[in-house]
Amino acid sequence: MATAQRYVGGGVLRKEDPELLTGQAHFIDDITAPGMAWMFVVRSPFAHAKIRSVETSSAGAMPGVIAVWSGKDLADEWQGSLPCAWPVTEDIQMPTHWPVAQDEVRHQGEAVAVVVAETRAQAKDAAEAVSVDYDPMPVVTDAEQALKSGAPLVHADLDTNRSYTWTLSAGEVDKVFAEAPVVVKERYYHPRLIPNAIEPRGAMAVPSPAQGEFTLYSATQIPHILKTALTAFTIANLPESKLRVIAPDVGGGFGSKLNVYAEEAVLLAAARRTGRPIKWIEERMENYLSTIQGRDVYQDVELAASDDGKLLGVRAHLVADMGAYLQLVTPGIPLLGAFLYHGVYQPLAYDFACTGVFTNKTPTDAYRGAGRPEATYAIERAMDALARRVGKDPAALRRMNFMAPFTEPTDVISGLKYDSGDYAKQLDRALEISEYEQLRKEQQARRDAGDVRQLGIGLSTYIEMCGLAPSQVLAALRYVAGGWDAATIRCLPTGAVVVVTGTSPHGQGHVTSWAQIVADALGVSMDDVDVLHGDTAVSPLGMDTYGSRSLAVGGVALHFAAKKIVEKARTIAAHELEVSEDDLAYEAGTFSVKGAPDRARTIPQIAFSAWTAHNLPPDTEPGLEATHVYDPGNFTFPAGAHVCVVEVDTETGEVSIEKYVAVDDCGTVINPMIVEGQVHGGITQGIAEALFEEGVYDDDGNLLTSSMTNYLVPSAAELPMYELDRTVTPSSTNPMGVKGIGEAGTIAAPPAVVNAVIDAVSHLGVTHIEKPVTPERVWRAIRQARGDGKGGAA
Amino acid sequence: MTRVQVTVNGVEREADVEPRTLLVYFLRESLGLTGTNVGCDTSSCGACTVLIGGESVKSCTVLAAQADGREITTIEGMARDGEMHPLQEAFHRNHGLQCGYCTPGMIMAAASYLKENPSPTEEEVRMALEGNLCRCTGYQNIVTSILDAAGQPSGARA
Repeated sequence: MATAQRYVGGGVLRKEDPELLTGQAHFIDDITAPGMAWMFVVRSPFAHAKIRSVETSSAGAMPGVIAVWSGKDLADEWQGSLPCAWPVTEDIQMPTHWPVAQDEVRHQGEAVAVVVAETRAQAKDAAEAVSVDYDPMPVVTDAEQALKSGAPLVHADLDTNRSYTWTLSAGEVDKVFAEAPVVVKERYYHPRLIPNAIEPRGAMAVPSPAQGEFTLYSATQIPHILKTALTAFTIANLPESKLRVIAPDVGGGFGSKLNVYAEEAVLLAAARRTGRPIKWIEERMENYLSTIQGRDVYQDVELAASDDGKLLGVRAHLVADMGAYLQLVTPGIPLLGAFLYHGVYQPLAYDFACTGVFTNKTPTDAYRGAGRPEATYAIERAMDALARRVGKDPAALRRMNFMAPFTEPTDVISGLKYDSGDYAKQLDRALEISEYEQLRKEQQARRDAGDVRQLGIGLSTYIEMCGLAPSQVLAALRYVAGGWDAATIRCLPTGAVVVVTGTSPHGQGHVTSWAQIVADALGVSMDDVDVLHGDTAVSPLGMDTYGSRSLAVGGVALHFAAKKIVEKARTIAAHELEVSEDDLAYEAGTFSVKGAPDRARTIPQIAFSAWTAHNLPPDTEPGLEATHVYDPGNFTFPAGAHVCVVEVDTETGEVSIEKYVAVDDCGTVINPMIVEGQVHGGITQGIAEALFEEGVYDDDGNLLTSSMTNYLVPSAAELPMYELDRTVTPSSTNPMGVKGIGEAGTIAAPPAVVNAVIDAVSHLGVTHIEKPVTPERVWRAIRQARGDGKGGAA
Repeated sequence: MTRVQVTVNGVEREADVEPRTLLVYFLRESLGLTGTNVGCDTSSCGACTVLIGGESVKSCTVLAAQADGREITTIEGMARDGEMHPLQEAFHRNHGLQCGYCTPGMIMAAASYLKENPSPTEEEVRMALEGNLCRCTGYQNIVTSILDAAGQPSGARA
């Protein structure tokens, strides 16, 4: 399709902004319905306990209270558990997970009862009057401890805390490791992370009792999946056709709103029982306990290499904490990284295993990056360890191990086909921008001088797997749903264009980027393109937004739908101009007769004649509208090179980031401004993971970091300006060449930062510090390495 | 119930509220000004920042009754006669927002700060924003937006 590139690739300002900037947005708590009541959830203070009784009558007698229900009171509302859509192995242990606990609670914050009242305050007041008699049970909070015999069982009926073990092996692993002259063994722990979207979760169920229909408004990333999953698995006697789900403006997600949550199910049940609209808005401290968390993975990583550092084998064995239950995709999160532990290198042998384990903690699930930050951290930290071992510069070691540049699908050891890549180019660019050679000289000077403030340079040459993705591959991974997405383009008779997308943005700017794509394809102004999303009645087909998939799947669906529009318009234009289709040229929305360019029709003109239908070619349907459902043939593989430069105060352990350079390659770029914004935010979450954030539980399963006052979400004051650049290696997976960018920064940054810290103090003998790399941990590691003895374990 | 009377965005408004009602819920639920968002209920995130008498406060930490008789500015009062406030324009121009949930609080905090310090450095803007959390932007474009609104050079090199 020959189209003028007027918007794509330009830093077009966002169409979303005006309402968000002026307070006119509609987030979930801004939406009300006539007759609306409020729900408040009573939650367990215990991490593990039998529920002896739930006394609801005194709460029920309080002012404004409409109903109080325990888990048992609500039991007949459910056909089954809250859904887990990713049973990763045939023998996976899948515990029962009721929206409201009935006999036993298994993590702090699990729902035990709900109160419905006229006002928010009345519901909360009454919730405090619900009296629950608990019988505390033994608690296990550590995944490795939970695997030991005699450990308390999270689910007694399963007779084990092991949910599954998933393995992947390629090449002669044992032989390669036995014969390799160099083997590097590393062990890493990825702390619990709490996603902290600034908008907490919330939802409102609105019933239409006479029709038996419900509208569920929810601050969700996945309106489509939510509708299907709730009606297919959880809510009893609610046909999918009777449920409409609307995701209004959503205030950030990062994976935490990629789920089917207890409160969404309970609101529907409560609305069905009372016949009234009912709203629930999560408080921040609830959010810390009842919204999914991320990471919490132990890794044993081994690299086999030649004497000079040529990578021969990678082994990664994981123990991953599932928490108390399996949420929507909990068990599958490690699998999203399982194929990437060899990174951008091509060893001869590869061995991955992950055991998923239950503990008495909030369930884990997708948090920005999901599996891929863990994989990238493992290989990129271990590559630095290998560089130290063989006495090579980490940049040189990486360069000698990179896959050579390629533009067509290329088999890698883990079984994937990488789409395209030029990894050396990205690293070269990042080293150039960061003035790497100069930094190394300065580092040496400071080392020689025994400077208190030492300089460290950390590299991360990451790759990720995005664009979920071929439905057949997802089937092979035992994921219950497909990986397609849908787009509809509707050319209205007035020249306006309506785009309906199955993606569900919550900050990513799809309304702008999708309008750029369609405006260019159809030769219309972006102002004439409206993008509709997030309402299952408006956009019936979709797989929603997560895993950096929206552009690489939903955006490409749009590309194909636009192609269908142009093809139909061409037929009509040829008919009207009384020439054959071959005699027409198409450019920037205009069909013109070759050799007679003044004989022409534009897409808006044809949209009008398709609407009047007065003079259409034979067998042509009126209207100019097309839908395309796109199921990609492969994943996409964004990659890049990040360089972090830190100063470490060797007396206090304080780390400050002096420079952060990111060179990313997400293939073709639709909107560079949006891409850069995604990278900024991603890097920040990665730096937070490296330096600040850690969800800590005590031995009784109490979450100690239970609010923003003691869980360190960084502010602007802790962060530097980042320097960004790009290379463009178009994806071979899709005709647009796009790859995805939403998670890149979060995946790349943690090893870049931690490698930099280690690099600053490695000459003192420090080889490892656990995340988050706090001043205390750095200080202890230095003390220990110096043999001062008083530092203790880092 | 307590009667609270305030001038919000230049308009006199009043409503009866329970004495324990926080200012943010008074604005949102009694007066229907839903542009001010609640992010944490504990004055950590700053999403609920508004101006009282021109100074920024976290409206989840102030009782409605404490604001009685005061002048309040919310995000809805920043644009005048259909023209966005220079800070709103700068956030738009510099992609200073993604999901937009923290944005009203960021803009109100910045408006208050720029009155105190009309020509801040990048470092000063970062320190001034310490009480306002954003999870999307990594702050780079927020800081750049505020510097731009103040006519100050940005430290960003990309």
